[in-house]
Amino acid sequence: MSDPIFLRPLTAPDADRGEAVEFGPDKALALDCGRTLTNWRLAYKTYGKLNAARSNAILICHALTGDQFVASAHPVTGKPGWWETMVGPGKPVDTDRFFVIGSNVLGGCMGSSGPASTDPATGKPYGLDFPLITIRDMVRAQTFLIDHLGIDRLMCVMGGSMGGMQALQWTVSHPERVVAAMPIACAARHSAQNIAFHEVGRQAIMADPEWHGGAYYEHGTQPSKGLAVARMAAHITYLSEPALQRKFGRNLQNAGGISFAFAPDFQVESYLHHQGSAFVDRFDANSYLYITRATDYFDIAADYGGVLAEAFRGCKTRFCLISFTSDWLYPTFENKRIAHALNAAAANVSFVEIESDRGHDAFLLNEPQMFATVRGFITAAAASEGVAG
Amino acid sequence: MSLRPDLAAIADLIPQNARILDVGCGDGALLEHLSETKNVDGRGLELSQQKVNASVARGLPVIQGDADTDLGEYPSQVFDIVILSLTIQATRNPKAVLSEMLRIGRRTIVSLPNFGHWRIRLGLLATGRMPRNKTLDNEWYDTPNIHLCTIADFVDLAATCGAEIEQAFALTPAGRTKAMSPRSWGPNLLAEGAIFLLRGVR
Repeated sequence: MSDPIFLRPLTAPDADRGEAVEFGPDKALALDCGRTLTNWRLAYKTYGKLNAARSNAILICHALTGDQFVASAHPVTGKPGWWETMVGPGKPVDTDRFFVIGSNVLGGCMGSSGPASTDPATGKPYGLDFPLITIRDMVRAQTFLIDHLGIDRLMCVMGGSMGGMQALQWTVSHPERVVAAMPIACAARHSAQNIAFHEVGRQAIMADPEWHGGAYYEHGTQPSKGLAVARMAAHITYLSEPALQRKFGRNLQNAGGISFAFAPDFQVESYLHHQGSAFVDRFDANSYLYITRATDYFDIAADYGGVLAEAFRGCKTRFCLISFTSDWLYPTFENKRIAHALNAAAANVSFVEIESDRGHDAFLLNEPQMFATVRGFITAAAASEGVAG
Repeated sequence: MSLRPDLAAIADLIPQNARILDVGCGDGALLEHLSETKNVDGRGLELSQQKVNASVARGLPVIQGDADTDLGEYPSQVFDIVILSLTIQATRNPKAVLSEMLRIGRRTIVSLPNFGHWRIRLGLLATGRMPRNKTLDNEWYDTPNIHLCTIADFVDLAATCGAEIEQAFALTPAGRTKAMSPRSWGPNLLAEGAIFLLRGVR
């Protein structure tokens, strides 16, 4: 165990950094691309206490640009944990009852091995020498962490968006280790539209001269403009048209009217600029390339002759899928496709679609129906496993 | 909470530890009751998203779906019993739904309101208007019950679908159930509803 190393300075020297595990050659990580990481690390943060039977662990998988700080302040930005409404004492994922593990993904930039980490072979940051990773690799890495924590079976694996993809992958790769799974607002594969938006983001980063072919660390710079544009484009896909309209409409920045120039006239423009610049302050551009690529490669059915149901054959995990009506990034029909495949595999599945006009990001927001669903499902799953309440 | 009488009668037909699918499970009352009293491995399919959400929040495995379109996705013979309670009259294609249920489950239970009950017959004769009562309480133009039938009609449909009626019960006005002979004229005139336990014959 060691202190995670972050790219950016902490808000305070004593900020809670969580933990990181370092894995050596005896815990080499064989990746889908054919390469193997022999010295690698995974950063995580835990909440609550593991019970004596080690049966109350819940793994929370984060989305594209999330991190392990699920329910406590982010040590770099100082902002509250990204799912504090969901996870905490007395919350739907109750840390008074459950041992909650937030795991940073492989390829991330919050203390886990990724393109910004030092390549032990060269002593320099990997940059594009870091191997391409997949969602399956992320899950593979998490199994080492779960082993390290001495946990055999997870009471639940859950997450939204890319976190939901990891939860699904867990049930496919390690069904015997997952009692219950809650993939929220996700899909079993990336659609052409998903890939298209990601490619816009990647091209924006790579078109920035400060990117230097991915070796910007050595130039003491970063492709901030490209990364900000990538974030701005992606952020639009996280919202819905009605929510944008309601929040901003055509409202102007200045009471004086339009400027007949290209500085932000509209409030929606400055909002996006703010999203872009805040993101650059906490995220690594190469990590963004690697992680978006991992989600683009995600297609569970592809490993099973194109038949999604085959991936879940014999799976004993209890599933609860949640989608949101206005999510056009991972729309209800993609979530329902998973529910249908689980039905066809005669798996135990619940599926809830929640009425919300806040788009994909609804899973991060205050959605009482989602909280009620999560609480009910987890309580029932815990009771089935005899986890004391 | 006491179970609706027809649901209580259905519950009596379910063996311990059975694997069941409740099609049109509503608020999940039957599923919850069977989980508690018969330790069933139960699943539900329900059209109303609000009812699905409420059921899942109570820990019941329910998915939102439509009996008319979604039963085709279930593999054959995976459930011990598939239940359709007071719902067949609201499906678009009752014959297809019944056939799918017979395929998915080793046994099928169907309960239905009996449109052949004497009050309904008399009501139509006396008033010349579409009959209404407490279970069929909608105007003809906005009723979800688009395929009402009598006990005799359903018995014919079961035969058409190649199903054998193993047991049949009449639902009496007092909320009691009574074993009946499905082809006799009495229940079709006197029962407010009926419950059938069917087995697909292959």
